[in-house]
Amino acid sequence: MSDKSINLTLKIWRQKNANEIGHFETHPVKDISTDMSFLEMFDLLNLHIIKAGGVPIAFDSDCREGICGMCSMTINGNPHGPDRETATCQLHMRRFSDGDTIVVEPFRAKAFPVLKDLCTDRSSLDRMIAAGGFVSVNTGSAQDGNALPVPKQDSDLAMDAAACIGCGACVAACKNASAMLFVSAKVSHLGLLPQGAVEKERRVLNMVAQMDKEKFGSCTNTGACEAACPKAIKMENIARMNRGFFSASLTRR
Amino acid sequence: MLKLDSKIPGGPLEQKWETHKFQMKLVNPANKRKYSVIVVGTGLAGASASASLAELGYEVKTFTIHDSPRRAHSIAAQGGINAAKNYTNDGDSVYRLFYDTIKGGDFRAREANVYRLAEVSNSIIDQCVAQGVPFARDYGGLLDNRSFGGSQVSRTFYARGQTGQQLLIGAYQAMMRQVGLGTIKLFNRREMLDLVTVDGAARGIITRNLVTGAIESHVADAVILATGGYGNVFFLSTNAKACNGTAVWKAYKKGAGFGNPCFTQIHPTCIPVSGHYQSKLTLMSESLRNDGRVWVPKKVGETRPPAEIPEEDRDYYLERVYPSFGNLAPRDVSSRQAKFACDAGRGVGQSKMAVYLDFKDAIKRLGKAKIEERYGNLFQMYEKITDENPYEVPMRIFPAVHYTMGGLWVDYNLMSTVPGLHVLGEANFSDHGANRLGASALMQGLADGYFVIPYTIGDYLVGNKLPKIDASHEAFRAAEAEAKARTQKLLSIKGSQTVDEMHMKLGKLMWDHVGMSRNEAGLKKALIEIPKLRDQFWQDIRIPGEGMELNQELEKAGRVADFLELGELMAHDALHRTESCGGHFREESQTEDNEAKRDDENFAYAGVWEYKGQGKAPELNKEQLVFERIHLATRSYK
Repeated sequence: MSDKSINLTLKIWRQKNANEIGHFETHPVKDISTDMSFLEMFDLLNLHIIKAGGVPIAFDSDCREGICGMCSMTINGNPHGPDRETATCQLHMRRFSDGDTIVVEPFRAKAFPVLKDLCTDRSSLDRMIAAGGFVSVNTGSAQDGNALPVPKQDSDLAMDAAACIGCGACVAACKNASAMLFVSAKVSHLGLLPQGAVEKERRVLNMVAQMDKEKFGSCTNTGACEAACPKAIKMENIARMNRGFFSASLTRR
Repeated sequence: MLKLDSKIPGGPLEQKWETHKFQMKLVNPANKRKYSVIVVGTGLAGASASASLAELGYEVKTFTIHDSPRRAHSIAAQGGINAAKNYTNDGDSVYRLFYDTIKGGDFRAREANVYRLAEVSNSIIDQCVAQGVPFARDYGGLLDNRSFGGSQVSRTFYARGQTGQQLLIGAYQAMMRQVGLGTIKLFNRREMLDLVTVDGAARGIITRNLVTGAIESHVADAVILATGGYGNVFFLSTNAKACNGTAVWKAYKKGAGFGNPCFTQIHPTCIPVSGHYQSKLTLMSESLRNDGRVWVPKKVGETRPPAEIPEEDRDYYLERVYPSFGNLAPRDVSSRQAKFACDAGRGVGQSKMAVYLDFKDAIKRLGKAKIEERYGNLFQMYEKITDENPYEVPMRIFPAVHYTMGGLWVDYNLMSTVPGLHVLGEANFSDHGANRLGASALMQGLADGYFVIPYTIGDYLVGNKLPKIDASHEAFRAAEAEAKARTQKLLSIKGSQTVDEMHMKLGKLMWDHVGMSRNEAGLKKALIEIPKLRDQFWQDIRIPGEGMELNQELEKAGRVADFLELGELMAHDALHRTESCGGHFREESQTEDNEAKRDDENFAYAGVWEYKGQGKAPELNKEQLVFERIHLATRSYK
């Protein structure tokens, strides 16, 4: 912990609603404690804006501990900012230097329309899950949890993929706004486990079809998604999904 | 007076649920689609209930305040979920899980409900495994367990430090499957502003569309609230920013009794407060206490850094005071001991309001790799917030508000005192008494949603002839008009203080007087100060922007306005309960060694408060707790 404080210039995207054209607004901020989180700096800025009679900046956040996936800012061109494996809410001001100018935008993608300022609509991600991101098991029809041993390695790999928080940073980081990392994480999580393997062909076909319908772009394997992911979801999931998709496409009935 | 009929079935404890399931009326499969149910909230309880009811064939409408149902705060639960599987062969059983939960709750929960909770706990694990929840496994491919506070067996199932996330994703996926099938209609970015009753029964809700600002009516045959706890009344808590008490508070004002509002849980292991503008507190999972040792320096005013303090100058106070449970003493007990240590001037860190949680010995014993495997994400989270490496320097932790055991009163069927209004998960008061054990919140949320409400709601729907109504009914018109008027009123004040400023003031009042330890003078002061602050709020709040747009200040203002009323009820409840029990510590009622002293003769009941109208004192009703099986004893973890 330190007691340092810094002064910054913020250039923030303002947009009244989904239909209006947005613009950047400049806000100097002073005496920002380096122990503050990036979002706490926004809280403080909003306090000053409200006191001065202005309209505060709308931004999404909830758990503020990096797990809910609600926060979503593109900071200096990087979704969730400069740190690896860090959601915006976990980014602290000690990462910045006195006098810095920081540009803050919403997550940008055709499938994530801006609702206001830095808030976007990411329900396209939910619709892809609804298309196939589940195991079809009704409540009450499960066998004993230990009846089906799962190799630890498979279980661990499934957990690595299941750690996705559904924030959409992968989409925002991609030049094509592709959702391949998100979809492949779900396809891998469920496909690696015996419980989910039963319907893996249907799953991958349906989720990919929905992804196209939502107007996410194509994947060209640049790896920007993995670099931006706050939970270190790996590109190997994309490779695994492509393999599954290819085989499912050939054998579909 | 409220009619508090707990509807506990007869017969021996072990057979109550079985008997009751047989006695309840069923809805014919073809008729289920004729009934509609509203579910508010998509955490573990709400998502599991939505999915299960839709699978049965009911027409379900589900509401979430977030952009996606997966954001609900259950996602942040870290450590694990309890079940009485006894896979570890260490003596666990349904009865032991039941007993531990009742004892952990300091004998202030209903026996029958808790027994049922323990009974269905095993099915929850099975269900989640079948959904593809990647629980931790050993090399044989079977499920792994760890220990949690308040128990001497290993019965906690976990998925790294993200168990809540994985369970919620399981329930969310089950729910989204139904959304895809068209059996659930999902409404996101909607906030419930009121409950609508027709002829005394819950028939729908009023919501605000948080994107457009539109006030909307939704009609159904029954309403389920799964809206979580109200810990954010303290401003700083481990709850997410959007967690609020508005839904339960509105239900309370429409006639639902509020059970034990003062029972709040202060979690012993959170990252301490570091600055004035801190927006929330972060929990470090209780599972850390499996391997971490809690200590403070023996000397008051110790200035050496932790590494230079030799063993003989350290006080591992939990191990000293509670040799048999040690660092795994229950949450209320551990929190209070941390407070005592800091009050005595032995706290650590800059603020002196923290204690150490040290992994030095565990790393020496197990190696850094093992500790990383168990707690890697927690250690990383700690380092991000504090800029200190917990593999090298002990963590600094301090208690913080985490969970509310209190909530809307419900009977054995999880129905409140308003017919048709069911309450699940943290939003109800039912299973944890005066203190919740670790890894039991996830268990309760999923038990309520997967395995209780699907049975009990049918009994209500068939048993009551409800008139056909739609949103043009006068009750809906009136409630909509009221919600609109309140929004207008809030926007018209144009005062000078922001919502957060007011919320912080309320939070400080609550923490100082209705917090970890309470006394008569403090509570009486709170009862004077809270209404004053509330008046200030309604005269001086400043909310920029308009009603018919995305307006986050307006959203927060509505929630804080309700917290300003709920906080007062908590103080009333805490003042009337002159005993100490679980998380409710009255300084006037303690043993010689500062442990909570219960008063079973006078307080073995659930305090259920009834709304009597604006400006009138709430009325206390009592549900006497009858312990048929368990012998009331002083809790001892020594």
